[in-house]
Amino acid sequence: MFGHSRKGRLGVTATALALGVALVASGCSGTGSDDGGSGAEGGGGDANLAITFLPKNLGNPYFDTSNAGGEEAIEEFGGTYEEVGPTEASPTAQVSYVQTAAQQGVGALVISANDPEALCDSLDEARSAGVKVVTFDSDTNPECRDLFINQATAEGIAKAQIELISEQIGDAGQIAVLSASANATNQNAWIELMEEELAANHPDIELVEVVYGDDDDQTSFDKTAALLQTYPELKGIISPTTVGIAAAARYLSTSEYKGKVALTGLGTPNQMREYVEDGTVTSFALWNPADLGYLAAYAAQALITGEITGEEGDSFEAGKLGSYEVGEGAVVLLGDPFVFNAENIGEFDF
Amino acid sequence: MTATTAAPARTYQLHTRPAWRRILLTREMAIIALLVLVIVVALAGVRNFDSPLTVTYLLRDTAPILLIALPMTLIIITEEIDLSVASIVGLTSVTTGVLAQGGWPFPLAAAAAVVVGLACGFVNGFLVSVVGLPSLAVTIGTLALFRGIAVGLLGTTAITDFPEFWSDLAKANIPGTPVPAIMIPFVVLAIVFAVLLHFTPFGRSLYAIGLNKDAAQFSGIDVGRTKFILFVLSGGVAGFAGVYFTLLYSNARGDNAMGMELLVIAAVLLGGVSIFGGRGALHGVIAGVLLIGTLGSALRLAGITSDIINVITGILLVLSVVSSSVLAWIQNRRAAALGRKNGRRAQSPD
Repeated sequence: MFGHSRKGRLGVTATALALGVALVASGCSGTGSDDGGSGAEGGGGDANLAITFLPKNLGNPYFDTSNAGGEEAIEEFGGTYEEVGPTEASPTAQVSYVQTAAQQGVGALVISANDPEALCDSLDEARSAGVKVVTFDSDTNPECRDLFINQATAEGIAKAQIELISEQIGDAGQIAVLSASANATNQNAWIELMEEELAANHPDIELVEVVYGDDDDQTSFDKTAALLQTYPELKGIISPTTVGIAAAARYLSTSEYKGKVALTGLGTPNQMREYVEDGTVTSFALWNPADLGYLAAYAAQALITGEITGEEGDSFEAGKLGSYEVGEGAVVLLGDPFVFNAENIGEFDF
Repeated sequence: MTATTAAPARTYQLHTRPAWRRILLTREMAIIALLVLVIVVALAGVRNFDSPLTVTYLLRDTAPILLIALPMTLIIITEEIDLSVASIVGLTSVTTGVLAQGGWPFPLAAAAAVVVGLACGFVNGFLVSVVGLPSLAVTIGTLALFRGIAVGLLGTTAITDFPEFWSDLAKANIPGTPVPAIMIPFVVLAIVFAVLLHFTPFGRSLYAIGLNKDAAQFSGIDVGRTKFILFVLSGGVAGFAGVYFTLLYSNARGDNAMGMELLVIAAVLLGGVSIFGGRGALHGVIAGVLLIGTLGSALRLAGITSDIINVITGILLVLSVVSSSVLAWIQNRRAAALGRKNGRRAQSPD
């Protein structure tokens, strides 16, 4: 055993050296980007324009697009952009990134929250360390952040999707919803409003089930298959999440249900283009996530420089998007949802 | 065990090395050295790593893993495994939340959650010891079972309202230090487990069981009872970790701590415990947990994304397992060669 341990130590030492090298290398690159940050600070006065984007998870095309918008904005006003995030969309996994941002003393954190409450304590700690907190896409409880950039009102989104599905299935029959995770703040709010809208204005449409694909491509794909088997009379699916609608479209496009079961919801043009062109999907809705990230970055900058404080009625300039005003509850509204179809999808690239 | 008759007549000089070498040149010390190296490199190369916040966040977030790793070490030394620990954290988290919301005084709700944890451990222990099933199969089953109950109890909702006194206590530091208060119960438990494992007949019997459970049984160790006790302990500690997790994130959800069992097991193996049983020590395991935590914290501060952090942690784990296997093989070859040279000289069992 002891002889073995001595050799073991040699092996682990080698591992240690390799790791040390990796860490030094990464440490250097980290320091390098921070230096860039202080340079930018010098240019923009004494404001700390280091802005970190923390999406729900990495590798999600929606957040890739929104964060690219944020990066574009930050380049325009001369700040430093960084994107961090967990690989899986869970609130406790986001906490350590919030903590990291607080430790780094960034100027602002732009976050899409995986849970309205679970991040509050760490966000409070970050804010008391001087970090401005802007939520976008999915909000936290209002007292935990400085500003929320709302992509569209929940009523607008719910109504747009119900209108699309009712047009496509002739305002009667069974529909189902393929959502993101069961705890997703905005999806749950939209689904509730969809149910109200159905009850009020579309009595012949029956929402048979809400299933959860956890914003995972394969899970969403499998849940779509299961839905169609469980409900042979199903006429339409609403998927109010970009991962879900693309996975559902992929399933439908190669199945016997193509063109028979309608699919709509929230998707991005690049993901949905082939399914709109091959007739699987007639139309779907969304805002422009790049504009959302862009607006969030400008809002963060306005908070850092003290141009706004998050009071109702505060207004700020957001580059190419123009002027925005802070609404009730420290919310900034991007605009109305946009409907994409075969006629206009070619004009968009995100 | 037969020391009274044999001790005076025999010496083991050919096998032993000086005490300092036996203590310092071990795999456990190598992991501790690696931990120190990572800390030194991070202090030198990563900005903001030297803040007291790093210590606070690191210990606070790794505390559940540290806690659960204690009984897990004992279980793996007996060549068993408990994959259900993270699900027990989820279930006890939900239990705490539901009871607290139902008007139970918080300490009572927390105690009930620990009892639920013990009961979960009882189920595992019963199936492994009394029914005689392999723990791998049993705890894969109860992983799904406990998680299923947890998610079933709360559905898609989360309970987020806990008495401020208790949630503040979970996040509090020991006054005057950056060390979280949770470290006090952890250190107490760590001492208890260390004494139990390294200085009691019960603890020594775990190594015997791990090396050869039939031989252990024949030498008078009640293998079934021993394993039963370990699984109940594991459930109880996971229950306590569940209460802490709930308070730390002010959040009782069915999917809390999802996947944490793999982090715990990875850290235990990294800390030098053999997956084949019979070898390992608690100081190595604690260093293993802290090493993974520190590495993650340093890399996050250096702006490395989570997928790369996972890759680095994975490589570290694979290298540590591979290095010990390869070196054990070399050691065996050398021992065999030495054995041929020295005639009938005995070899140590591992």
